[in-house]
Amino acid sequence: MPLVMDADRMSRALTRIAHEILERNRGLDEIALVGIRTRGVPLARRLARSLREINGDSVVTGALDITLYRDDLMRHPVGPQPVVRSTEIPFSIDDRKILLVDDVLYTGRTIRSALDALIDFGRPRAIQLVVLIDRGHRELPIKADYVGKNVPTSVRQSVQVRLQEIDGADEVVIEGES
Amino acid sequence: MTPPAAGPDSPLVPGVAPAMLRSRHLLGIEGLDAGEITLILDTADAMKEIGTRSVKKVPTLRGRTVVNLFFEPSTRTRTSFEIAEKRLSADTLSIATATSSVTKGESLLDTVRNIEAMAPDMIVMRHASSGAPHLLARLCRSTIVNAGDGMHEHPTQALLDAFTIRRHKGRLAGLKVAIIGDLMHSRVLRSNLLLLKTMGAEVWTCGPATLIPTGLDRLGARATTSIDDAVQGADVVMMLRIQQERMHGHFFPSVREYFSLFGLTRARLRRAADDVIVMHPGPMNRGVEIDSEVADGPGSVILEQVSNGVAVRMAVLYLLAGRESGGGEA
Repeated sequence: MPLVMDADRMSRALTRIAHEILERNRGLDEIALVGIRTRGVPLARRLARSLREINGDSVVTGALDITLYRDDLMRHPVGPQPVVRSTEIPFSIDDRKILLVDDVLYTGRTIRSALDALIDFGRPRAIQLVVLIDRGHRELPIKADYVGKNVPTSVRQSVQVRLQEIDGADEVVIEGES
Repeated sequence: MTPPAAGPDSPLVPGVAPAMLRSRHLLGIEGLDAGEITLILDTADAMKEIGTRSVKKVPTLRGRTVVNLFFEPSTRTRTSFEIAEKRLSADTLSIATATSSVTKGESLLDTVRNIEAMAPDMIVMRHASSGAPHLLARLCRSTIVNAGDGMHEHPTQALLDAFTIRRHKGRLAGLKVAIIGDLMHSRVLRSNLLLLKTMGAEVWTCGPATLIPTGLDRLGARATTSIDDAVQGADVVMMLRIQQERMHGHFFPSVREYFSLFGLTRARLRRAADDVIVMHPGPMNRGVEIDSEVADGPGSVILEQVSNGVAVRMAVLYLLAGRESGGGEA
């Protein structure tokens, strides 16, 4: 069970991403962070905190649940039905730059769902994608703008991101044989 | 170790029990356990947000066909189901019996079999006979949702009532709920009673002795003919409509006498808890079971119940659609 990231490296990766966001967007005026449930939400909040520490400006954050937009929702031959959680985007996304935040980028299908969901809320000026881990194996033409770490994996493995806010510890591990 | 994910990039939270309904149909509250009721209410919480967006629609049930088959008049329930279906992107059509071939003498089963021949996925149905949806659930392929059967059950009404109570009180367990009115003919009472007892609330029922059915105590409710006792300290007062259309015979001397003995007035409501909420499943008979002053008063959540109905029905349709496609049938 190899450890890919410990608490220290996770914090440094997020700080680096915060700097990259500032560099690429020249100021935070029209930016909003939207985390994808579940673990994208605390990651978005941490990025907002980092941005405030670096720049002094606060950035609005929201939470997006993509369950109702999944392309595999009604296709499960077996397995549990995903639980729907609430979406909280308490601001207008029209003409804003939206930074979509998730923990792991894999097939790209979650992000596809998230884009559909976001666009139902309005017409953002741009959407950029932030992920903590990019593990490869894309099934759709989707690419992240900011990546904490690229981790080569096999499809038999699973990448587990654990966060203090949800799991009580910050770490990323790979499970299963390669 | 975390449980296996439900799909690629799965957002399922480790440690959260796989949640689903056990039955493919929603025929009544009877048969639902506390976990399933909580799942429906939690899902409805998430669905409620969709109604606040400018685009009030998600693609979840795209390509599914839902038929609303109403053999009894209904405005609220049918509209609510239709809006819920449309917000989930299902294709819907509603059949009211006044304009259907039922008036030409077709039997219930034949009507439904003909509709089924056109391959809908779900049938939402209201019927004047208790047990009609149960019959169809046994004999048909579609998922059946009971939107009220005779004097038996009206499960989505009880769920939206519970949802409304939970949003105001934060819980159901331990609350005193008084249900007052025509207990005999009320499917809303039966569904609410089953649900509230399952969730641990204390239920008082009140009505004229002629309208109190036997066996309420077996369902765990206290029955009284004194509205003051029922309302005393209540957290929730739920009024039931006097159902003249189901009354074959005389159950009380006059509407005016009924109001003077069992009508909810502001003076009577003073006995209830300070933060009491007043509910009514509609349609209301103002001046019969409830005074206008109370119906439009500060504790009234009657219109909120109607709004919440859409979110609750979306939750039910979503959860049943997942069962229908085989989710959880391991």
